[in-house]
Amino acid sequence: MSTATVTGVAGEERSDLNKDESRAIRRRSMRLLGSLVAPMKRRLIITMAVVVVSTALQVAGPALIGIGIDQGLAALRSHQWAPLGWTAVAYLVTGVAGALSISWYTVSSAQISQAILIELRTRVFLHTQRLSLEFHESYTSGRIISRQTSDLDSIRELLDSGINQLVQGVLYSGFIAIAIFAVDWVSGVVLLCSLVPLYFLIRWFQKRSQTLFRVQRVASAKLIVHFVETMTGIRAVKAFRKEKRNEKEFGDLVEDYRKVNADTIQLFGIFDPGLVMIGNITVAIALLIGGFRVADGALAIGSLLAVLLYARRFFDPMEQMAMFYNSYQSAAAALEKVSGVLEEQPSVPEPATPTRLEGAHGHVRFDEVSFHYKPGRDILPLFDLDVPAGQTIALVGSTGAGKSTLAKLVSRFYDPSAGAITLDDVDLRELSSEDLRRAVVMVTQEAYLFSGSVAENIALGKPEASIDEIRAAAMAVGAHDFIEALPDGYNTDVNKRGGRVSAGQRQLISFARAFLADPAVLILDEATSSLDIPSERLVQQALQTLLADRTAVIIAHRLSTVAIADRVLVMEHGRIVEDGAPAELISGTGRFAQLHAAWRDSLV
Amino acid sequence: MSVPLSEHAQQPHRSESDDLSTLASISRLYPYLRPALPRIVLGMFAALLASVVSLTIPMVLQHLVDGTLLHRGGSREAVVFAALAILGLGMAEAILISLRRWFVLQPGTRVEATLRNSLYAKLQNLPVSFHDKWPSGQLLSRAVGDLNLIRRWLSFGLVLFIVNVVTIVVGFGVLFYYHWLLAIVMIVLSIPLWIAGYFFERKYHVVARRSQDQAGDLATAVEESVHGIRVLKAFGRGRYALKGFRAQAEELRGTELEKARAVAGLWLWLLMVPDVAFAVCLALGVWLVAGHQLTVGQLLAFFATATVLRFPIESIGFLLSMTFDTRTAVDRFFEVLSTPNDIDDPEAPEHIDAPRGELMFDDVHFRYEDAPERFPDLVDGITLTLQPGETMALVGLTGSGKSTLTSLVPRLYDVTGGAIKVDGVDIRDLTLDELRTRVAMAFEDATLFSASVRDNVLLGRPDLVGDDPETRAAADAQLAEALEVAQAAFAYDLPEGVDTKVGEEGMSLSGGQRQRLALARAVAAKPSVLVLDDPLSALDVDTEARVTERLKRVLAGTTALVVAHRPSTVMLADRVALLENGRVTDVGGHSELLARNEHYRFVISSLEDEEGGFGYEIEEEVGA
Repeated sequence: MSTATVTGVAGEERSDLNKDESRAIRRRSMRLLGSLVAPMKRRLIITMAVVVVSTALQVAGPALIGIGIDQGLAALRSHQWAPLGWTAVAYLVTGVAGALSISWYTVSSAQISQAILIELRTRVFLHTQRLSLEFHESYTSGRIISRQTSDLDSIRELLDSGINQLVQGVLYSGFIAIAIFAVDWVSGVVLLCSLVPLYFLIRWFQKRSQTLFRVQRVASAKLIVHFVETMTGIRAVKAFRKEKRNEKEFGDLVEDYRKVNADTIQLFGIFDPGLVMIGNITVAIALLIGGFRVADGALAIGSLLAVLLYARRFFDPMEQMAMFYNSYQSAAAALEKVSGVLEEQPSVPEPATPTRLEGAHGHVRFDEVSFHYKPGRDILPLFDLDVPAGQTIALVGSTGAGKSTLAKLVSRFYDPSAGAITLDDVDLRELSSEDLRRAVVMVTQEAYLFSGSVAENIALGKPEASIDEIRAAAMAVGAHDFIEALPDGYNTDVNKRGGRVSAGQRQLISFARAFLADPAVLILDEATSSLDIPSERLVQQALQTLLADRTAVIIAHRLSTVAIADRVLVMEHGRIVEDGAPAELISGTGRFAQLHAAWRDSLV
Repeated sequence: MSVPLSEHAQQPHRSESDDLSTLASISRLYPYLRPALPRIVLGMFAALLASVVSLTIPMVLQHLVDGTLLHRGGSREAVVFAALAILGLGMAEAILISLRRWFVLQPGTRVEATLRNSLYAKLQNLPVSFHDKWPSGQLLSRAVGDLNLIRRWLSFGLVLFIVNVVTIVVGFGVLFYYHWLLAIVMIVLSIPLWIAGYFFERKYHVVARRSQDQAGDLATAVEESVHGIRVLKAFGRGRYALKGFRAQAEELRGTELEKARAVAGLWLWLLMVPDVAFAVCLALGVWLVAGHQLTVGQLLAFFATATVLRFPIESIGFLLSMTFDTRTAVDRFFEVLSTPNDIDDPEAPEHIDAPRGELMFDDVHFRYEDAPERFPDLVDGITLTLQPGETMALVGLTGSGKSTLTSLVPRLYDVTGGAIKVDGVDIRDLTLDELRTRVAMAFEDATLFSASVRDNVLLGRPDLVGDDPETRAAADAQLAEALEVAQAAFAYDLPEGVDTKVGEEGMSLSGGQRQRLALARAVAAKPSVLVLDDPLSALDVDTEARVTERLKRVLAGTTALVVAHRPSTVMLADRVALLENGRVTDVGGHSELLARNEHYRFVISSLEDEEGGFGYEIEEEVGA
């Protein structure tokens, strides 16, 4: 199937999609839109009904003026006030009712669009979280962020003002056409003729703008990625004087973006006057034909006035429709991308009918497991491993030996390419993410802090924790003292990316987080790399108690951490080459004994 | 307990912009606008002519009706003439509109680009302390959304606003020409429009500002949820993070609805008032015609003109709201741009002619400006001299001020007391460019940019950029040397070797790989002073040993300040400075300090020294 090439986020940055691919993308974004709108059907129908009535009321005006002049004037000349009076009152009523209904549907359509928006935001956010690490490692954070910010903004813009523009456009013009026919059918025919050039103009515009908007999106995404990268890496930018070079790089991106924006505006610069031109020619022809007929007495003068007023108004909303088309195009492009992200399936999916696992013991088993990203290039060749509940194992080996990959398999950041990993004899793939994450927690080297207080960051391990529990956790890992010394203690805002908290302190906080979470299986991937020795000593001590009754997998470059392990696995090129108790391995002549000797030498 | 993705990400508050009127606030854009002004004025002129043309069309109608159509059997020539006149005017209108667009096209996008570039340049220039306070989501929404809005306002909103106001004024003049009484009715009944507009301004401005801020906060929440995705996944807190996000999104929704209600209120008036006026004028006009005070042609032209005026009158509301949004955007732009930069080039910079590489800390103090008074300075009077070529290790507990001290050297922050001198010159008297050429730094938290490995490593060597064979060879040699020192030869095995793109848009590397590249970068810069903030923390023992060995050779000729957590890193140093609570409490050789300083032993000696070996129970804490 040719459209497989555009499934999910594939093909996002291509602008050379073939017909089938474009159709597939359009279809999936329409499906998304449909599912968003469905729950609001009732409200939407009521609002639309009000819109129809209100537009009809607005369109009544010129016809009433025509009636006023033709019939009201004649009646008044014979001293009859009633026809003119009624016409004026009718005009007043339609005007006021029209205004009231417009104002009502403005609020109502805002409610609809905000409801759709919040639903979409939620879905994308949740889906982003659900997508597996594999996805996030290839689809950069800048891109996923711009899906959720600038793309959702385009959609918001369409929903906010675009819908009103469309409704005003289509309905308004439609009602006006009906009104002209009602007043004078000959003029109606003239108006219909004007639709032919109008059609070609709009078609031309549509084709040109489609490509342009796509290019515009890509340009803006690149701009955003560069900007975010600079701001988050500002220290390195400054330390290495990258400012000038950055300015040039960014300047080029800004220029690309500017050019495509200018092209877009230019397109409107042709489209817009083209509409006015068609409108004015139509009015001139209507006047010519209508004028002859008035001169011949075949048409009342008021009717001619009404036709002329209508004809001019008929083209007014066309410009708005073009604007609608503008926001429609960006929103459609945005929706296509967002729907692409939503179409991505997590490579580690939640089971449909999860097996319940409460109070896990922590017995982990690798059963004929192998792992690769690309077939034929095994990162971890076939192996078996049995970790009894409560055992602490240390993974040792040089960078790239496969230690982290093994850890990621246990925490199900990835699924094995073959075989199964079980926890208490349940395949990890059969556990609900809730049960799995309660049982297995991984602490990585990169200790990310969210904006908010230190306490809030620790509480991430157990959201319902009381402040006492949080303090206890911090104390247990030796983070309490430095936290107390922060300006506001536990309530100190860690600010942007933990700017004021050192890397070691961040690791302590994330340790406290894990301690609070209290899992059956704890995985520590380089989790102590930034700690100073006294902190590490404290953590080690804490680990003694913390790991006593739970399963643990520890990866550490420094062998000091290995001291607390019951069992050491030495890995090389994805294989476990040694397996045994630390003391046993040290006394041997294997790889671990060598490593240990080298490490002893590096001390003092 | 609230959620970690903060619901109220704090933003620094502005002050002075609040006191400015909308006009005064926006007029601060003038310097950026000046080059574009002639074309904008020309564009306005074209737009004005277009309005005049559209106001002329009803006059043609009036002449046609009064002169010919009212008299039976009127001349067909007159009808043809009028139709041709309207056709001609219609063409003219279209051409003028096209001209207006053409005139303002370039200035609008150019001004936007200029604003964006200067905002970016300013942000890069602002000190790190500024970036500590501002979430990048807030900055992003300024650089993208706000500037887009300003461009649209400049090339569309501003022009139409002025033109429409003039059209309305001229249009009312024309209405007077047809009949004074009808014109007065129209004007009097327009007054409520202006009153509604005034109240609208007050309400809308507040709400628009709030919604922009909340949208910025929401963007920050999104960013964090993506950057912190590994943590959220590890703890299975995706849904929990969603709760915080939802709360913020709901808040934004509330504000947006409030905004919609304000707009709805304005629409009500904008539509109702002209219709009331039309109804009154209809009755009044027909009555005047019956009394022969007005011709049918004039009444017809009156309505045609009033119809032309409806769009300008209605658009005022939309344009007003756009103007207020723009004002908000302009405020936010200048909020950043007017932030004083206290770390900048000196007015009369000094220059180091013969760099030796002496680094001196002279009673250096530092505290964050928002640190509470009860806290002592983070760096509390450090005096320390590194002789040229000397390597000094900084050792101390977390929070003792080591990292802070290192970040003072390249002036990522400025000292709040005392001075730091390189070769006897206060670093504040050097240009930043010279200082940061002399001083290179590797951070523990290694940042790579979206560029090739080559460009990342040679970042500090602009002199090695160029395509001529000689430079290229020098660059390759330098690259090879730096990668060798940092034991980062893995870079040659990447898919495209050292030209493989890394960083946000490129291949993702492990923490250890990134750290080694960052170290290579600092080494390749060949500075006279090298500052290394725990540069080996993510390396495995083997690699660490190899890097240490090679680094030692490099450091032999370079002054270096190295933050060390490990004895292995300390081995790089000639001397060690022990930091305690922001003060240097002891300086000396490693074994010297180990022998005489208990605190030093506590900080640096490894577990095994105390316990005598592997696999034993860890005993009571020593020394603390």
